[in-house]
Amino acid sequence: MSTAAFPAAVLPTQQIGSEPTSGPSTEQLLELSMGPQHPSTHGVFRMNVVLDGERVVRLKPVFGYLHRNHEKIAESETYLGSMPYTDRLDYICPLTNNWAYALAVEKLAGIQVPERAEYLRVIVGELTRLQNHACLVGFLMQDMGCSGTPLMYAFRQREMVLDLFEALTGARMMCNYMRFGGCRVDLPAGWLDQTKKVLQQFPRFLDEFERLLIGNEILMGRTQGIGVLSKELAVSAGISGPMARASGVDYDIRKVDRYGIYDRFAFRVPLGSHGDVYDRLMIRVLEMRESLGILDQAMRDLPAGPIVDPKTKIRGFRPKPGEAYGRIEAPKGELGFYLISDGSPNPYRYRVRPPSLINLTVLEDLCLGHNVADIVIILGSVDIVLGEVDR
Amino acid sequence: MLGDGILKGLAETARNFFGSYVSRDRLTTIQYPEQRDPQIEAARSFPFLVFDGADWQQGLRCVSCQICEKECPPKCIFIEKSKDKKPDAVGKPQFYPVRFDIDISVCMSCQICVEVCPFDAIKMDVDYDLSTDDRFGGLLLDRQRLAKSNEHYNKIHPTEAAAVDAALAEERAKAKAAAEAKASAAAKAATEAKAAAVANPAPAPQPAAGESQ
Amino acid sequence: MDLEKIKSEVEANVPGCRLETVANPSPSVQHSLRLDPEHAVAVATFLRDAVGLRFDFCSNVTGIDWPPTEVSQKVKVRRLVEGVEQEVDEVQKTTTPGSIEVVYHLFSIELKHGPLVLRMSTQDRDAGVHLPSLTHVWRSAEFQEREIFDLFGVVFDGHPDLRRLLMWDEFVDHPMRRDYIEPDDFEYEPTAHDEVLRRAQQHQSETRPADEGGIR
Repeated sequence: MSTAAFPAAVLPTQQIGSEPTSGPSTEQLLELSMGPQHPSTHGVFRMNVVLDGERVVRLKPVFGYLHRNHEKIAESETYLGSMPYTDRLDYICPLTNNWAYALAVEKLAGIQVPERAEYLRVIVGELTRLQNHACLVGFLMQDMGCSGTPLMYAFRQREMVLDLFEALTGARMMCNYMRFGGCRVDLPAGWLDQTKKVLQQFPRFLDEFERLLIGNEILMGRTQGIGVLSKELAVSAGISGPMARASGVDYDIRKVDRYGIYDRFAFRVPLGSHGDVYDRLMIRVLEMRESLGILDQAMRDLPAGPIVDPKTKIRGFRPKPGEAYGRIEAPKGELGFYLISDGSPNPYRYRVRPPSLINLTVLEDLCLGHNVADIVIILGSVDIVLGEVDR
Repeated sequence: MLGDGILKGLAETARNFFGSYVSRDRLTTIQYPEQRDPQIEAARSFPFLVFDGADWQQGLRCVSCQICEKECPPKCIFIEKSKDKKPDAVGKPQFYPVRFDIDISVCMSCQICVEVCPFDAIKMDVDYDLSTDDRFGGLLLDRQRLAKSNEHYNKIHPTEAAAVDAALAEERAKAKAAAEAKASAAAKAATEAKAAAVANPAPAPQPAAGESQ
Repeated sequence: MDLEKIKSEVEANVPGCRLETVANPSPSVQHSLRLDPEHAVAVATFLRDAVGLRFDFCSNVTGIDWPPTEVSQKVKVRRLVEGVEQEVDEVQKTTTPGSIEVVYHLFSIELKHGPLVLRMSTQDRDAGVHLPSLTHVWRSAEFQEREIFDLFGVVFDGHPDLRRLLMWDEFVDHPMRRDYIEPDDFEYEPTAHDEVLRRAQQHQSETRPADEGGIR
């Protein structure tokens, strides 16, 4: 590919303080503050929208309503003490947050993970992806005004996965399951059979979902051609995860970094071609099908053995000075942890690379020119969790 | 056909409406306070202190090492160490907590105190229907309210508690064996000293070294 | 990718730039490249566009605070001691001004390699906290540089929309700096420790009667 294929970064079309150039005179513009308590924002998040009639001419997101300075708290915690806090970042998928943090610390301290623990991580990680995506498609339908039923269908599936998490880790959402060099507890008796039962129902849910909604003309009318994100902008703006892949960016960290044991599984990376809301919805449905395949393989090959590296101490863990950046393909995108150790029990610097926040970089570009009702579904298709956006 | 999707949606609604009266796996309602779901063994709510025997003050396993206080991520544990010692779960004289408070309005049920405890003294409870109308006193649990018997622990986490009990029994047996060995050594030393005293009465008899320890 | 090779390639193509490799002793072996702020935009653009490098994806941008440190050094000085000139040991204390470092983690989506770690440092922590913004090179830096401006107080020259991201606009300090002082009006905590306990007791005696339970 030539240099010309990647233009210089596209900047926001409207700067703060500048008057919108297009449309009628500014007297007819309506300034609307959506949020922080608006139900479509999935939390406490505000968008300052300037409207020309129903059309969006400017949109500025306002963050920080859920800011608790997670990074500062972690600087005064031990390395292990930050693990339960990571659950509270993206509280829909705590286990992948645990995994990303454990991976970063393992890189920092050079810890090896036993094989069984790697398989357990893949199993719980893919289950997390399943329930996150199920949740997302339900919420997106709700945002589109398809009130109640699809969300309940999605939550029925999610509930079964959360029951599995509770049986394994003791909590439905605040799992606190991974440890440096492995996992905290081994599978309880009968857990794998229960998981197989849940997973057997999953394709039926997806089929039903597709039959009912994906071909629905109202849904297609609402989502196709709305919030189009170009491939070039997606790469430049650091968009990751399903949102980037819906725009045709072939980048899945499970395939690129091959962290853990992902090189042992056969799975495909679904790609979109239009980058609109419909593609972002379909990518999630297709990814759920691929996750089911990975889960089947992982549960078939699950070896026996220890679940945690015996050399890693649980008390008094002090990595040698240095730094490491570890990242995984979380359901929302690239979740990275950047850690600096100065040899003390607390990290000197602890940074979370939040996919939800960075995926919102292009929110204004996606919404410009669309109607107010489309902002809601565009935001819904980005898939944010405010616990992670604001940290 | 236009309107096809609406008809499909209505058919699905009708199917589910009638299904909810007959399908057995969808009749999931239970009469909550009277009926309860079986408790999951791995479940956790807030920590409690394990004691052995009948008297919670005598039997507390906690030796006031304060590791959990230091490791607790939101710093919700407050311990005051005793001045004197009492025998612990294995019979060794140890300090004990004169004050052990957990503020469950701060606790986030992360289980790290349980993991770092070297004495199996703090474990996670499974109570989930907790409530109080006292914002400060009711949420600050002191050691008396935290103390729960080993039987309770065995009831809520049977597998885990069995392993802990086995390990403790082994340690107790080891301690007992060591004490017996010490006692027999002391007895032997005493008889030797006596024999020496009989053979050679003039100097003062050597005190049995084992007894004073 | 070999960092030395990237370094020499950049030096050959961006005249005048001063690069420096920073070794990372941890097992992750993610060594980094320190840029000089004057040529940062040119270097970044070259890294993004050069065939064979193509770091088109700026994943993570973050700041690190390095507060001023006092370094004690023993030096020998000649001095008159009791009328005789002698060589004496003297402890000299020098204070480094401290700086705020900004770190960029780059990946290549096209060539699937990375990470390349770039670092830049400000001159000090007060007036010289200016760095060039790389938002025009990688759009993903937009919100992250705003976050660094908010939490660390680095001013990114050339940033299109430099406002606070997480704290409110009227907030004065930068919370992620290591010398940040927390406000005193914290929530009452029954299990407070040490310093917090002392302040809580003071706070409580001022605001609540003693018989309501809590700290004894």
